[in-house]
Amino acid sequence: MLKFDHVSKRYPDAGDALLDVSFHLKSGEMAFLTGHSGAGKSTLLKLIAMMELSSRGNILLDGQNLNKVTEKQIPYIRRKLGLIFQDNKLLQDRTVFDNVALPLVVSGYSYQEIGRRVRAALDKVGLLGKEKKYPLTLSGGEQQRVGIARAVINKPRLILADEPTGNLDPVLSAEVMHLLEQFQKVGVTVLIASHDVELLTQMGHRILTLDHGQLKAS
Amino acid sequence: MMKHTTRQTKNTTGSNFSEQMLAYLHIHAHALFSSLGRIIRNAFTSIMTITVMAIAISLASGFYLFIANMQQLTGSIESTNQISLFLKSHVSDHSGKKLVDKIKQNAKVGEVILITKEQALKEFKAYSGFGDALDVLEKNPLPTVIQVLPKSSLDNIQAVESLMMAFNQLPQVDFAQLDMQWIQRLQSIMQIMQRGVFVLTLLLGFAVIVITGNSIRLELQNRQDEVLVAKLVGATHSFIQRPFLYTGFWLGLLSGMIAWLLVTVILLVLQGPIEKLSILYDGSFDISYFGFFDVISLLSLSSFLGVLGAWIVLHYQLQKIKPN
Repeated sequence: MLKFDHVSKRYPDAGDALLDVSFHLKSGEMAFLTGHSGAGKSTLLKLIAMMELSSRGNILLDGQNLNKVTEKQIPYIRRKLGLIFQDNKLLQDRTVFDNVALPLVVSGYSYQEIGRRVRAALDKVGLLGKEKKYPLTLSGGEQQRVGIARAVINKPRLILADEPTGNLDPVLSAEVMHLLEQFQKVGVTVLIASHDVELLTQMGHRILTLDHGQLKAS
Repeated sequence: MMKHTTRQTKNTTGSNFSEQMLAYLHIHAHALFSSLGRIIRNAFTSIMTITVMAIAISLASGFYLFIANMQQLTGSIESTNQISLFLKSHVSDHSGKKLVDKIKQNAKVGEVILITKEQALKEFKAYSGFGDALDVLEKNPLPTVIQVLPKSSLDNIQAVESLMMAFNQLPQVDFAQLDMQWIQRLQSIMQIMQRGVFVLTLLLGFAVIVITGNSIRLELQNRQDEVLVAKLVGATHSFIQRPFLYTGFWLGLLSGMIAWLLVTVILLVLQGPIEKLSILYDGSFDISYFGFFDVISLLSLSSFLGVLGAWIVLHYQLQKIKPN
């Protein structure tokens, strides 16, 4: 599903963020990406989401080499992904419904289909009935779950989460992690960047550890 | 790759072509009305922008109308490339008629009209406003005039001028005058003005593009988060720029409509004085307002300029908004 083949990323003014990283994530696998801050976790996720391009090496997503993707094709790559952010990146002036619906709206789904799927996604994250609320009126945990609903609504093959529990207390963090685990159980590949080592080891999934841009253990 | 992803999108939508078309129209309709809603919600900013644009457009279209009206005015007297022969005062109406017959035999002459002393006096009394003053005079001071219209085939000024010189040699003629000269002067002035209005219109059109572009740039700045998130969830370039293009369209259309209103109000204000002036010139002049096609072209042009301004800014600015 996702294959890193000797991937390096060098920033002109900050040096190597990733150095010769290779790993393979099988379809339906769940893995954690950990390491000290600045180790390159976010950079690795950005390369997959095509927010950055690798300096060397190849990244294969679903058999497709991301180095060979043109600017115009990037949106279609991103539609295969579900992105979850630490700051959840919800639009504060839009309702929960509109936030969750956005990936479907940009992909040109019909209104009936959007309504059906948004309710299903909100049901999955336990927020059914909050469609008309605005993100700011929700708790931090609920906001993150709206973010998750938005990430999964497109039925992505791969979910990428960058510190999804970074702003949450331990109880909520565990809740969010277990929610993401639910998607893995139905066959979605999940890659979560987190430095919450205690929680990660409890969950017993594969752990990729980055140290100064290099992959230490996988 | 593209084929692969589009096919996949179609499969996951599970909808047929007509449903997709419907969804596509929905997206357009949504962008169309949401951008209008945004303009209305930001009423203060929108009104300022639209007012400035409307003034620019009304200046351009006002000048255009002015030229059109002037052309109508000069157009109506264009046919008078006529020669006026003022006969010597001792020449009687009778010998004037004889002269008319003689002139008519000239191959270069089309139409000949005799204005007798009495006719001239009557017309002069009617239009000059000096009616009472003329009654005081014992004798009619006006000469007999023969108006000669050269054949229409005689269209170059040298030929008409030589014809005038020939008439000037006739013993009965006091002097001959060519009416075309001042019209030609007027027409060259009109040409200069037309050129000037053209240049001015280009400048004002450019101003409309810049004003729209600037307000789109500001809106893009305000909605940067939204653009960013849309990009991250897989929105294409055209999806993101669509509502902004519609904003440009609305700004252009609304300012075009207000410009139309402004020019019409200005013309209504000017109508009274112009009618008075028109009466002094035989009442042959009516103000021409915007016709149906003028309005359609005005509105489509202003909308087009709005979209163009938005498009230029989006082309350069949207690239800069990158997720990181």
